[in-house]
Formats: sequence, C-alpha cells, structure tokens
Amino acid sequence: MKPTTFLKTAALAVALAIPFASAVHADEQFFPLQSYRVGPYAAGGTGFFGGFIDYINLVNTRDGGINGVKLTYEEGETQYEVEKGVEVYERLKTKPNIATWTPLSVGIAYALIDRVTTDKVPLTTINHGRTDSTDGRVFPYIFPLLLNPYSETSGIVNYIATKSGGLEKLKGKKIVVLYHGSPYGKETIPIYELLAQKYGFTVQQIEVSHPGNEQQSQWLTIRRTKPDYVVLRGWGVMNPVALKTAQKTGFPADKIIGNVWSNSEEDVTPAGDAAKGYVAITTQASGVEYPVVQEITKVLYDQGKGNLDDKKRIGSVYHNLGIVNGILNVEAIRIAQEKFGKRTLTGDEVRWGFEHLQLSRERVKELGAEDLFHSIHVTWDNHEGNGYVKFQQWDGKKWTPVSDWIAPEWALLRPIIEKSSEAYAKEKGIKIRTEAEVDVINQSTAAQ
Amino acid sequence: MDTVTVRKAPGHWPWIAPLLVLATAYGVIPFIGTSYLFEAILTPFLALSLAGLGLNILTGYAGQLSLGSAAFLAVGAFGAFNFNLRVQGLPLIVSIVLAGISAALIGIVFGLPSLRLKGFYLAISTLAAQFFVQWALTKFGWFSNNSPSGVIDAPPLTIFGISFEGAVGRYLFALTIVTIFTLFAWRFVNTRTGHHFIAVRDNELAAKVIGIPVLRTKLLAFAISSFIIGVAGVLWAFAYLRTVETGGFNLDRSFQIVFIIIIGGLATIRGSFFGAALIVIFPLILSRLGQLFLGDIFNSGVLEMSQRIVLGALIILFLIVEPNGLVSLWDRLRKKPLRLSRIKTIN
Repeated sequence: MKPTTFLKTAALAVALAIPFASAVHADEQFFPLQSYRVGPYAAGGTGFFGGFIDYINLVNTRDGGINGVKLTYEEGETQYEVEKGVEVYERLKTKPNIATWTPLSVGIAYALIDRVTTDKVPLTTINHGRTDSTDGRVFPYIFPLLLNPYSETSGIVNYIATKSGGLEKLKGKKIVVLYHGSPYGKETIPIYELLAQKYGFTVQQIEVSHPGNEQQSQWLTIRRTKPDYVVLRGWGVMNPVALKTAQKTGFPADKIIGNVWSNSEEDVTPAGDAAKGYVAITTQASGVEYPVVQEITKVLYDQGKGNLDDKKRIGSVYHNLGIVNGILNVEAIRIAQEKFGKRTLTGDEVRWGFEHLQLSRERVKELGAEDLFHSIHVTWDNHEGNGYVKFQQWDGKKWTPVSDWIAPEWALLRPIIEKSSEAYAKEKGIKIRTEAEVDVINQSTAAQ
Repeated sequence: MDTVTVRKAPGHWPWIAPLLVLATAYGVIPFIGTSYLFEAILTPFLALSLAGLGLNILTGYAGQLSLGSAAFLAVGAFGAFNFNLRVQGLPLIVSIVLAGISAALIGIVFGLPSLRLKGFYLAISTLAAQFFVQWALTKFGWFSNNSPSGVIDAPPLTIFGISFEGAVGRYLFALTIVTIFTLFAWRFVNTRTGHHFIAVRDNELAAKVIGIPVLRTKLLAFAISSFIIGVAGVLWAFAYLRTVETGGFNLDRSFQIVFIIIIGGLATIRGSFFGAALIVIFPLILSRLGQLFLGDIFNSGVLEMSQRIVLGALIILFLIVEPNGLVSLWDRLRKKPLRLSRIKTIN
C-alpha cells in the first residue's frame, strides 16, 4: 500500500469509527445538541445553545452536576436543515446516557418524532414544535415546553384585543399574518383561521419564503390591504428585513406584533430605527438582572468559560431562553432522580421527569429565575405545561415590558389539539396512552 | 427497443466489479454495518445516486441541461404519498411506479421548451419546474393532506407483505430499487434509443439528417430521467428522512444533483455513484475529522465554515485535475501502477 493511500485509509477508518468509540462513564447525563452556528439562523442558534450550554456548565461548576451526576454535551451542526439534523441524530444516538434531544427546528423535530419514540428518549421543542404533541396521551416523548404555537397565537390575539378594548372589539378588524415559509411558520395557519371565525376578525396569511431576505411584494400587498395589525411570525434574517421593508412601505412599527421567534435583540438591532415601537410576545424576559444570569456571568464569563463569543449578548432574549431551557431540562432530571435514585437516568426515566416537571413561582425564585419566566406545570397529558407570556416593546436600545404575565386560553385550545392528535393516533395506529402507563419505565434502546 | 452492441468492454471489468460491489452491498454490509452507516450515510447516498443517474441520462447522455431535478424528486415523494393515501389497498410498489409516471409526465411538460431552447437557456427554463412545483405543493394543502405545517409522515415500507422497517430494511429497500434502475440504465444507454440520445447531444442537426426523431428523443429523455428522479424522491422521503416536506426539495438540492453528475462524470453510470459519494460522504468525513482534531479549540460553527472552504477547494482541485469527473480519475488511478512499471522497464 502506498503511504498516501495508507494515510487516507487510516483517516477514513478513524473518521468513521468515532461515533462507536465512546467510553461509558458512570454518573453522567449526556445532552446531544443539534445546534446551528452558521447559516441564516445562526443568531438564534448561537444565542439559544449558548444559554443552554452555559447553564449546563453552571450546574457542573457550581453544584458538581445534578446530585453528583455530571452533565455532558456534544454539538452537531445542522444549519437548520432536516437531513443534517437526521445525520446528527443518527451519529449522536449511539452515545450512552442520553437525557434529551433539542433540535430547535420544527422540521427536524417532525423527522425525529418516530425515531425518538422508538428509541424512548424525550425530545423538547421549547416555545415551538408540533402543536398537537402537547397531547401526552399520543406523543409520550415529545415536549413543546412552555408555549406551543397555538397558545402563542391565542396570546397574541388576546393582546390585540386588549389594545383594541376587549375581545368583542376584534369584530371587523383586519389582521395580516406574515409567516416564515417553513414547517415552523405554517404551524399556526389553521388556528388563526379558527380564531378569526370565533372573534369575527378577518385574517390574511402571507408566506415569506425561506430565508426571507426579500419581502417587497409581501409588504406591497399589506399596504393595499391596510390591516389594523400585522403579526410577524418570522425567524432569523426575515425579521429585520420585515421591519425595514415595513418602514419603507410606510407601515407603522407599533402595529406590528412579533411572535415568540421574532422577539430578540438580533431581530431588531439590524433594523435600526425601523424597529422602534415594535412589540413582541415572549415567555422569558431579557436582561441580566436575574440571579441565575448574574451567576453565569460570575462563574463562567468572568473566568473566560462562557459559551457566547460576544459578552454583550449575555442576557439577550435567545441567551435567556437557552438558560430557561437549561433550567427545565436540569429540573426534569432532578425530579426524575427523586423517584429513580440519584444516578444516571435512562431516556424513559427522564421522560417521566418531564411529565412531572412542575415549577411553581416559588421554586422558580429559588432557582434564581424569578420573573425570568413565570412557571411551568407539565403533566402526563399536557406536555406544554401552561407557560405564561409577556409583551415587550423595543425602544431602540432595549426591550421594555408593556404587559404583565398573561395566560393564553388553554381551555379553548385543548379540544382543537386533542382532535388533531387523535386523528394522528388513528392514522398511525397509535394506542392512546392512559395515566396508568406513565409510571411504566421502558428500557431505552438508544444507547445499546 | 432493439439492442445494439457497440463495443465489447475491455477485460472482465463490466461484470466482475459491479457484481462484487453488489455482493458486498447485499451480503456483507447488512451484517457488519451500524445504524449510523445505514441511516445517515448509505440511504441518502443511494437516493442521491439514483437522482444523479436520472439526471445523467438527461444531461450526460442526451445533452439537455436541467436545474429542476429537486422538483421531480418532490413530485415523486408527494406523488407516492398521495397515491398511497388516496387509493385504498394500493400496494406500495404500485404507488412508487405511479409516482414515477407522474414525475415523467411533469418532466415531459417542462421538457417541451427543450425543443426550442438549448444550453443555458434550457437550464433557465427548467428552473420554472423547480419554482412551479414547489409553489404548487405549498399552495395547495391537498398535496400534503392538509397537514398544518406542510410536513407529512411517510407510510411504512411494506412490499408484498415484507416489511422493510428498521435501518437495514430501509437500506435494502433503497439498494434493491437503485440496483434495478442502474441495470436498466446500463442496458438502456446501449440500445438504439440510447444511441439516439447521444447523437442528439453530440450534434442535433446531424442527428436530424440521419433521421433520428429529435423531438421525440428529447421528450423521451425528459420522461425517463424524471421517472428515475421521481423514484429517487420516494427513496429520499420514505426510506431516508421519513417525512415529506417541500422545503427539502429546493434549488439547492437541484444544484447538488447537478454537482453530483459533473463531479462524478457526465455520461457514465458509475459517475453518479462516485459523485453522490463525494457529496454525501466526504463532508461527513471532513466534519468528523475536524471535530476530532480541532473540536476542542473551535466551536462547531467555525469548523463547519472551514469544512465548506476545504470542500470547495477540493472540488475545484478535482475538476482541474480531472475535468471528466471522478470516474476518469478512478480509471486513471487504476492504470497508473501499470504505467509506472512500464516506465521502470523502459529505464
């Protein structure tokens, strides 16, 4: 064999052997992160995964893990593309002690539903995801934590109602929803139609194709329609472009309501003046004043161990969301450890933990996150956990809250969600789970 | 179609090597491979190879440039899903064939401009297929069974009562379909019609003069190519991703398939496989090596960016060293030891 051929063969062998050469350590819990740090959604990816990793590192450094169980992670770049997400899933699922999957992409999450259900490891989609996966009776391993897309929609419509003087004043109003042309963006199309019928407003839904850096024609249509409000259901680069194009076509920023993925500093700062007065919904406040964010700054960033490259982004909306996601994951594991013992848990045991993830306002305060987010109450059949929302307005420099914590109308949405999940169960031949099955722990197949 | 044998291929190459590859693919890999190998490497490789094969018939053999391959992939995937969903009791294999026929019909429609347009102009006009199909699939919820997010689940793979679920099953399913079509393509390019394709590519006027029905030949090329790409779409969606969504069938995917055949080698059957291997497997190896050696120093974003630069540079290098694609490079490498020894004896 020639030396070059030998080198090539050796390199190839090494490259392909890595996923299988993972040593088993006792008392570790592994987080495979399907992150994205390049591409049109890098701002969201770096902020969110930065916050998540920071919280994992904080728990390791400050507490030595969760009751002595160290947390580990590995990133795999997906660029928000489904096939890359699947590749990363297949690569990282061979690692032992997997706690949760966090793809932060609705498209990837959809492709993984069957896979994680077979492998019996939970998958969380905080503030996004497939809405009907809220129904834990049909989707035991999927958790659209804190705020599913329908709750978000209900929160936004209620906010517009408050601004207009009550739900009955919505009658005759005209709302345009400008949505991202992806599974994430399309998720709320039916619920807007439904709420429009219920409250008597008209809704026009306009798609912006991925990634959304050209929106002239959409905003010209909006100018012709003259709506009372535009809901911006954007993601990444689409958001600043929308705000700038709105300004160009003369649509006032304070009549644009951003959804939960159009609410970050990275969405408004590039738009400059065009974003002044823009209002957006959020589940977690931005800012560094919360004790947990302070601790992350002190324990990690001051020691040069923080994950964000730019320290100015500490406490930004995405970073704080990542921290909140970290809190929810860690607490789910802690709760499951109370039941199963203070050791490495299997995926199905972590699933049990998520299904009992109930953090009251007092507990949230103990965790140093009072008012960073409100509270969460996940149960075996409600995998969202009734998160509260807040509205914030951009003043050109920072987000200022313009509302108190608001509860979406869960009771109104639940039958719609159940109808959809039951249809899915029927189509796929899934037996609807009962409460008795929650405590049955199946062996995880993923790490074998 | 009458068969014409043009040349006897040299040595034992045409039979032995493919048979060995097939024997390994069926007899060895399923027993030693890991689920990562099947789910993340081989299944997408097979699907993209088949798509490359389809485009190679159109572009490589018949000389018609197309930038609409992803559209035909999408037609195949959505077609198979809908036939399977709407017609009760239809066997999956029939759904797949019908999906291929749908793709072929749409291919013929978008192939019509080829009667008047050539080269780049034709390539641009096939972009219409790309945009139109994606638009139609997004616009009309019926295609995705009115699923709110536009993402649909692929049905389980069962043919003649045999279930192809599980990593190995899906791999074997894809492998079998790809084998059948590769055999077909390999035979086909040596038929009279196959030679018509080449004649039209090399000199359309001359082809017309010697009585080749140019119009029919071009449309047939579009039909066959789109049929194969449509089936590749079914593999991509049903065997690999297991969800069907228009987003994955964008212009990037079309370009990817064009790159596969250019890098692999135009007008060769093997070229599609070589090209797909480079496009699918090479980035994975690069990313794995990057992660191994530099993962502790840089974050995944920096690594990803550097891999793109390396990959781009390597593609340029490949094309400079061997403009006829990896196939020629491969053939040359196989002959090289011979040549070296010859030089030695001369000396």
